[in-house]
Amino acid sequence: MTALSRPNISACPACAAAPAAEAMAERAAQKDAQIALSVPGVHCGACISTVERALEAAQGVKSARVNLTLKRATVEAEPDVMPEALIAVLSRIGYESHELDAGTLSATQTDKAGRDLLMRLAVAGFASMNVMLLSVSVWSGAADATRDMFHWISAAITLPTIAFSGQPFFRNAWSALKHRRLNMDVPIVLAIVLALVTSLWETSLSGHHAYFDAALALTFFLLAGRYLDYRTRAIARSAAEELAALEVPRAFVLRDGEEVQLPVSELRIGDLVRVRPGGRMPVDGEITEGMSEIDRSLLTGETLPIQAMPGQGVSAGEVNLTGPLTICATAVGKDTSLHRMADLVAIAESGRSRYTSLADKAAQLYAPGVHILSALSFIGWYLYSWDVRISLNIAAAVLIITCPCALGLAVPAVTTAASGRLFKKGLLIKHPTALERLAQVETVVFDKTGTLTAGTPELVTLDGFGSRDLGIALALAQGSAHPLSVSLTSALKAQGIAPATLTDLTEVPGYGTEAQWQGRRVRLGRAAWVGAKPGAETAAWLGIEGDAPQSFTFTDRLRDGAEQAVAELQAAGKDVILMSGDTTRAVEALANRLGITQWLAEALPEDKAARITALQEAGQKVLMVGDGLNDTAALAGADVSISPASALDAARVASDIVLLGGDLAPIADALATGRSAIWRIRENFRIATVYNLIAVPLAMAGLATPLVAALAMSASSITVSLNALRLR
Amino acid sequence: MEVLSYLIPISLVMGGVGLLAFIYTVRSDQYDDPEGNSQRILNSDYDDHPKVD
Repeated sequence: MTALSRPNISACPACAAAPAAEAMAERAAQKDAQIALSVPGVHCGACISTVERALEAAQGVKSARVNLTLKRATVEAEPDVMPEALIAVLSRIGYESHELDAGTLSATQTDKAGRDLLMRLAVAGFASMNVMLLSVSVWSGAADATRDMFHWISAAITLPTIAFSGQPFFRNAWSALKHRRLNMDVPIVLAIVLALVTSLWETSLSGHHAYFDAALALTFFLLAGRYLDYRTRAIARSAAEELAALEVPRAFVLRDGEEVQLPVSELRIGDLVRVRPGGRMPVDGEITEGMSEIDRSLLTGETLPIQAMPGQGVSAGEVNLTGPLTICATAVGKDTSLHRMADLVAIAESGRSRYTSLADKAAQLYAPGVHILSALSFIGWYLYSWDVRISLNIAAAVLIITCPCALGLAVPAVTTAASGRLFKKGLLIKHPTALERLAQVETVVFDKTGTLTAGTPELVTLDGFGSRDLGIALALAQGSAHPLSVSLTSALKAQGIAPATLTDLTEVPGYGTEAQWQGRRVRLGRAAWVGAKPGAETAAWLGIEGDAPQSFTFTDRLRDGAEQAVAELQAAGKDVILMSGDTTRAVEALANRLGITQWLAEALPEDKAARITALQEAGQKVLMVGDGLNDTAALAGADVSISPASALDAARVASDIVLLGGDLAPIADALATGRSAIWRIRENFRIATVYNLIAVPLAMAGLATPLVAALAMSASSITVSLNALRLR
Repeated sequence: MEVLSYLIPISLVMGGVGLLAFIYTVRSDQYDDPEGNSQRILNSDYDDHPKVD
């Protein structure tokens, strides 16, 4: 903590703003540290000022700014300020906070692509307003020289605007054409370019009709759709980045006999890493010192912790429970088994790449259709009139009036509305087509440990124990931070049990706690250590010297909303399946408790993925909900996947949707919202088609004036957007 | 119709000013935290004097 040992410049933050000039000059040479903290508790204006004032009063802090939208505080501080000091400052005023890894968090830099799109949208918007003003005068009767002047001014505004604002479309269309494919952008670019060419031609011949306003309005509406689409994804991405940035950024390493804190990325093979109780293994390695128990549930799904002793191998991602361990690293970073498994998932064919989105399907129909229609009108009119000017004019009108705007807005407007609603309920939609795939789901597969259950043990019953024994158990349990002890302590305290008086209380890491009671040795811990035969359930054994050992059995506590989610899914007619790597007995018990009839126990990661493939081959659309490394292959293979925020990074990356809160209940809502979103998207496509059915024949008959084109375009875009807002 | 000779430049200049103002707001990160901004307006911290950096 170098920050605390530094001499104080000034006691009050206001005076800190005016330190001696030489100090300023000296410090300017060093680079300021930028620290990002996630502060989930800020929710109002008062919180903003409290947090900012507290942070700015902290030593070495130059400025602090809270972003309420992202629930994040960004602090500019002197290079030697440690994030831990700031977290302590915030916890003193009652705000929980976590350090965010600046390397993972690129969103702290202002988002360039979003700003770029917004700028192009704004330029197109301002230009189209001005051109519309001029066009309205033409439509309301400006004639001859005045009309020509208005057209030339419109051209002068439109050409540079399109050159700037239309770039995203030009780039996309060009890259599609290079690969000999058609996408939505090809007809869009063709419409814009043809509209500009015919309008310039008409203007130079003092013609009556120019489509400058239509070209600009087209660009504006389409950019609006792109921007909506981009923002939805940017919000999801920054929240997902934040989850990743919360992961173990540091480890304690023994270097030259001293314990130093290092970023995990700087660990090397052969380093001796200290892992404290409650900590997650940052590397693969071998235990060199210490006794403890290890929770492997995130990797294998087993709820029973296993014993750990020197010489035993551990994998990154496992959680150390009772005693401190020293591990000699055998694989670090990308070589850990955790990463290797995650990489395997990336190679495997994923459910999402097989899916063609509704927008793509529409584009596949739309793009060739429009080109053929407009080519036919050109040929038809040319054969009829032998006049290239009229024919080209009509071909342009057909291209413009087929309202790609409505098609461009149909999907993003709905997904923005739906993602926003689900985000409020705590669901983060990471993948753009996740909603569409969610709507088709018929079978829901749940993982057990960490998904349906919270991963914290809950005592089954206290019946059959004498109050003397309970008092001893409580006193022993209080001496340990093991999850079973913690759970036992709170259950006994809730019953109003008073702890017995014990002497010589010691915790034996990896075994349990031991003490003396009225001259007798008492123990709480593993079955074999207490002198009992281990059973299949999770249990802590109480052994009082002279008495037979007794066991406290535990079940895994259900996650909030698990019962409701399963019941609602079943009520909605979905098949619910439970798959777990845990023992048959534990899985069966949970399945009975939740009313799930189909379950699979002791499943290896390959078994889970194989079962999902089998379901898909039988024609089912599968939603996988899981959190562990043993689920990642299944998550990637399923048609759509959800993982809780507490899941391993690899599992979150493999899934399309992340559940931010601890509650599972929103899953059933998400399926319903997905279905109604698809309904709205299809409805939007139908609206756009109806507009086309009316407007295209008019345009082909040569009856469409620029005024008709402008009306059709705006009316269809606005209807489609309003329809999206009706989403429930 | 002479009135157009100054009305059109005026409308173009006004549109341009609006566009420049918008570009300024984007460049200075004013759309990064819409929720926070709507709350900060109720905050009385800097009512008497502006924040000094």
